[in-house]
Amino acid sequence: MKSMKFRLAGVAVTGAILLASCGGDSSSDDAAADEPAAEESTSEATGADCAVDQVDGDLYLYNWSEYIDPDLKTAFEEQYGVAVIEDNYDSNEAMQPIVAAGNSGYDVIVPSDYMVSIMIEEGSLQALQLDAIPNMANLDPVFYPAPYDPTGAYTAAYQWGTTGLGVDLTVLGEDTPRTWGLVFDPELSANFGGNITLLNDPRETIGAALKYLGYSLNTTSIEELDEAKALVADAVARIAAFDSDQYDELLVSGQTQIAHGFSGNMLYGIDEAENPDDYTYFVPDEGGTIWTDNMALPFDAPHPCTAHTFINFILDAENGAALTNWNLYGSPNAASEPFIDAEVLENEIVYPADRSKLEFITNTGDFETNFSDAFSEAKG
Amino acid sequence: MSVGIAEAKRERSERRRGFLLALPSFAYMVLFFAVPLIIVLVYSFATRTSTGSTALSDWNLDAYRKLGEPIVRNVVVRSVILALVTTVICLVVAYPFAWFCAHQRPTIRNLLLIAVMIPFWTNFLVRNYAWRILLSNGGPISSFTEAIGLGETNILFTKTAVVIGLVYAYLPFMILPLYASIDRLDRRLIEAGRDLYGSGSQTFRRIVLPLTMPGVIAGSILVFVPSMGAYVTPELLGGGKETLLGSYIVTQFLTARNWPVGASLSFVLMAVMLVSTIVYFRSGGKNL
Repeated sequence: MKSMKFRLAGVAVTGAILLASCGGDSSSDDAAADEPAAEESTSEATGADCAVDQVDGDLYLYNWSEYIDPDLKTAFEEQYGVAVIEDNYDSNEAMQPIVAAGNSGYDVIVPSDYMVSIMIEEGSLQALQLDAIPNMANLDPVFYPAPYDPTGAYTAAYQWGTTGLGVDLTVLGEDTPRTWGLVFDPELSANFGGNITLLNDPRETIGAALKYLGYSLNTTSIEELDEAKALVADAVARIAAFDSDQYDELLVSGQTQIAHGFSGNMLYGIDEAENPDDYTYFVPDEGGTIWTDNMALPFDAPHPCTAHTFINFILDAENGAALTNWNLYGSPNAASEPFIDAEVLENEIVYPADRSKLEFITNTGDFETNFSDAFSEAKG
Repeated sequence: MSVGIAEAKRERSERRRGFLLALPSFAYMVLFFAVPLIIVLVYSFATRTSTGSTALSDWNLDAYRKLGEPIVRNVVVRSVILALVTTVICLVVAYPFAWFCAHQRPTIRNLLLIAVMIPFWTNFLVRNYAWRILLSNGGPISSFTEAIGLGETNILFTKTAVVIGLVYAYLPFMILPLYASIDRLDRRLIEAGRDLYGSGSQTFRRIVLPLTMPGVIAGSILVFVPSMGAYVTPELLGGGKETLLGSYIVTQFLTARNWPVGASLSFVLMAVMLVSTIVYFRSGGKNL
């Protein structure tokens, strides 16, 4: 879930981040800061052992918006007698500096795959006490250990999804070719000129072009990147907008016919449509992005034991299923399967049959700036 | 002699009282403007690490060197053109309105001015989303033009939509200073101009315009500066299809995680704006 609603507050957020990153004392606008400064004693207790189901205070959760079933929060509160205080962020890049600066006050954060590897490398996450999370065993081996956390020491997968295309079948037809060519092939996509949206995200959109060309979306080859850039630049004339917030609504309201976006958001939009059967979502045959969001503890989480207990709670088979039934993203929890609604489980949008051509986006280091500049240049 | 000293003393104590009264706003400016600005400046000399963090060491000018590259130049040129177009349209639309407004009875005048301000009662982001609905395919404006036989108009996600959105957003900033200038204009000077056989346009060019120039300048700056850095409107109404300064800076912070470049660009932009504004005021607006 790389970017969510209202990223447009970005300008204001940027200013706040600048402030927040400079002094450890400036997270005062976060609800979590209301918590009296218990950090000193507990952050040293990072190494202290937490027992299963042990709690050491309220849970301060820093999560994507609309990503956890409110009933699950209530259940956790009732079961353990602590409050759950949730703040939301709309991009990994907005969350990371706040946590990295220290004293964020959060106990559990939910970064995406590539951001996990960045935060591990920067020492922003603390190692999990696996003894306190017996339900870790419920995770599907595909997601544990995950490539971005190869030892599985820091994170437990929360949900996963893909990036692909949502389409209007009344225009494209039931037997539409499932290819990125719908966007990047000048002839094929000419039919949908002005009715396409692409994600406003360099890695996703340049990545889609790279996949269409048969390359890895984590390439660090300037030549391959240039080819992809040319494809995107050529597509700009045919697209309605670069949009990461409203693509699903634009699609189902008939403003567009093809929308590049995340599986769960798209499914949510399609479910809300007047005729859901008129729309579908697929990852094109050339392949696309698979991504996960992952529960982790900031290096200075004030209530590490509550945090471990919460992770264990989410990894419970029935709770994991409740999560997926609510937010319509794939569950990494293998034990949850029997409890997930059949219609969700059988839905190829949530659980694509062929996952072989899916690729995680990884941090390409200094090459990241080439991606973002290529995207800016492609737009013109 | 002694009277002079007493007066000087009183003046000094008054000045001190003035300073004390100004202290809160002064402190506010230092805390929320000067300090963040210094932080931005410091970051602009820092280094982006391979994980995208900012290392506050190895101070260097790389971020400023980057500003000389064609990609940034193109972004700046596009933003300047957009801001100029917006400013000129605002000026052309606002001048007659401000004139009309200033020549009404006080009641009507106040009503008109309130009407100008009313949009500020609603959040800017919400108003942009409202425009999105108005301009959309099959939306109210499109339906209207279709009904009167002009055919569908698909304005949303075009440059036209961006200009419409910006003019709408910043028009009040042009109207208000213009109104203030025009209101202060001594009408007898216009009569004198006409008496001396000046044509309407001559009177306007040689008397009215120079006398209302302070309003023109102030309004232009108030419209030009925010249009330069506009972010929300180009993204929402233009579909983010053009890279402008605002979106380029946001990208540096929130996508490329290249804070030094974002900081250097922000700082240079602010400095250029500040200096040119000062120069503009000094040269054109002596009687402001």
